Amino acid sequence: MSVFGLKDLGTKIAITALGFSLIPLIVLGATMYSMFASAYHTKVRSNLMTLAENKRQGIDLFLREQVSQLRTLAYAHSIEDLSSQEKLEQILSTMQLSSRTFIDLGLINEEGVHVSYSGPYNLSEVNYKNEEWFNQVMVRKIYVSDVFEGFRGFPHMIIAVKKQERGKVWILRATIDSDIFDSLVRWLQLGDLGDAYLVNRNGELQTKPRFGNKSQEIYAAFLGSPFSGAKVAEFESERKKVFVGGIWLEQKNWLLVIEEDMRGELQPLFETQTATWAVVGGGIIFIIVGTLMITRMIVAQQERSEREQAQLNEELIQSSKMAALGKLAAGVAHEVNNPLAVIREKAGWMRDLLEEEDVKASPNFQEFGDAVDKIEHHVERAGQVVHRMLGFARRMEPVCNDLYINDVLKQTSAFLDNEIRFRNIQLVWNLAQDLPTIQSDAAQIQQVLLNLLNNAIDAIGRNGNITVSTGYDDESDMVRISIRDDGPGMDKEVQRRIFDPFFTTKRVGEGTGLGLSISYSIINKLGGIIRFDSEVGHGTEFTILLPVKHHDRKE
Amino acid sequence: MASVHAGPSVLVVDDEQDFVETLVKRMERRGFKVAGVGSGQEALLLLGKEHYDVVILDVMMPGIDGIETLREIKLAWPKIQVILLSGHGGEEMGLRGMAYGAYSYLLKPVALKTIVETTYTAFEEAGVR
Repeated sequence: MSVFGLKDLGTKIAITALGFSLIPLIVLGATMYSMFASAYHTKVRSNLMTLAENKRQGIDLFLREQVSQLRTLAYAHSIEDLSSQEKLEQILSTMQLSSRTFIDLGLINEEGVHVSYSGPYNLSEVNYKNEEWFNQVMVRKIYVSDVFEGFRGFPHMIIAVKKQERGKVWILRATIDSDIFDSLVRWLQLGDLGDAYLVNRNGELQTKPRFGNKSQEIYAAFLGSPFSGAKVAEFESERKKVFVGGIWLEQKNWLLVIEEDMRGELQPLFETQTATWAVVGGGIIFIIVGTLMITRMIVAQQERSEREQAQLNEELIQSSKMAALGKLAAGVAHEVNNPLAVIREKAGWMRDLLEEEDVKASPNFQEFGDAVDKIEHHVERAGQVVHRMLGFARRMEPVCNDLYINDVLKQTSAFLDNEIRFRNIQLVWNLAQDLPTIQSDAAQIQQVLLNLLNNAIDAIGRNGNITVSTGYDDESDMVRISIRDDGPGMDKEVQRRIFDPFFTTKRVGEGTGLGLSISYSIINKLGGIIRFDSEVGHGTEFTILLPVKHHDRKE
Repeated sequence: MASVHAGPSVLVVDDEQDFVETLVKRMERRGFKVAGVGSGQEALLLLGKEHYDVVILDVMMPGIDGIETLREIKLAWPKIQVILLSGHGGEEMGLRGMAYGAYSYLLKPVALKTIVETTYTAFEEAGVR
């Protein structure tokens, strides 16, 4: 697979892994949150309903008490007593000792005229005959009014009871302290922004809310015909978001409205939301980082194994090439060398005959001579190629001796001293002094080194440097020899083929193209590794690694 | 062609007819008494009839091969010097030949000069011994 393919693979793995982990995570987070939110909403609503119910009971109880108190008053005392201003004042002040709910008390006859009145206002002369409440109480016996301004021009509410005595109808009327009533309704504060108040069927406020200016929209949903039990709605405006609970009183056609600040109530939910998203967000980051790391690891692993595979393949191909060439060489050598020997002898015979007087007289004598020379020269060349090829065919076991590689290098380079001097090349030595001796075949190593040095010299041509260095690699227990030239380097195409038999960059007749392939097979046989590193314009470096102890590599 | 047989007598054994023929002619020209045969059997037959100082023997031949012929020669006439000649290279073969008593081992295609020189030294050493 190409590098491009690997990148593709990496992307696929990453996308798949992210998809399979992120989607469930997000779905899980969202589901948990929405379930929690709905459960929490339900709980808040049911709390509000319970609260409204309790509160309604309280208010109903209060109203019932007031009414029954007034009725007790009406029936416990005779009209005679109640008609007496003095008695009435006595009754009121007695009552006010324990509760100041009743502000005043008045007895009204069937004509709507105050018979007696006790209280802070001067209402003795007022006639109620045409008042709405008066008519109501005449019909219903008991009456609880809405809040109204009345004759005093001040909002208040009254309760009234009807009593029949001596064939006449009497009405006992009391004003209820609206402050006490208001505070009763508002009792039990509902958070920082909660509120509670009563409205009548027309939506008019009956008690003073904690925060004024109530918009009817808040409780509009509950108006209309009364219903039993509590209802909860949500109200949103630019200024606030509230839960609104509504419940109708039993004692009076009033709607108890309770507002609860949504933000305050839902605070834990918002905190949960923040926490959920923090956990999900953290999880997402964690997963992304993890996925990228894993993807990178997989791709790197894959890359490494592919590279190793490729290298292994290359080595296999290389060694099978060598083996094939070896067999071929062995077969061909005999078949080629014999004809070459015949050609050589025939040419030699021709040369012998050229010595004869009559041939010497021939005008083409020189030409014959040159032709024979050429034949002999090329037979020589062909013979050499075959002999080198036979290098593969030889199945000689390496002769192992203790070698000090630095010495082998010095001895080998000595063969090339003249050449190096002639070409004005500097041989730079960079030898490690603490090299272990190795067990290997000196002659074969020498052949390889000679090949590499020759190639380096040829690569440079004239004027340059060859750096020879040695070292020891602890980990693999191998001795390293590297030969570096600052010649022109090799392009990729050449690099790919340099170990191929008969591949040469030298001119025809100057190189057989066998040097490096022979070197390769020798180093291979000695259990070592040969490799190179080359860059066009920067020269080439060959590195040989040889094991300190010889392990024969069976093919 | 007039030639003087002053040097050692040589027998060339090779299944390559052209090679034997030409080598014989060229060596005769250089003053050797030379004969050529095409197989190991012929060589052994001829050696039974005539004496030769040096035998130039091809290793790869049909019938009995060079190494076998060498052993026969060395058994029957230990004094005859044998120079092995082969197109099929390899020190192994050479070493085996040397072990059986060959004087030298030459690889084809070889220069006549080398053959002549080797023949002389082989002959001289045989004399010394």
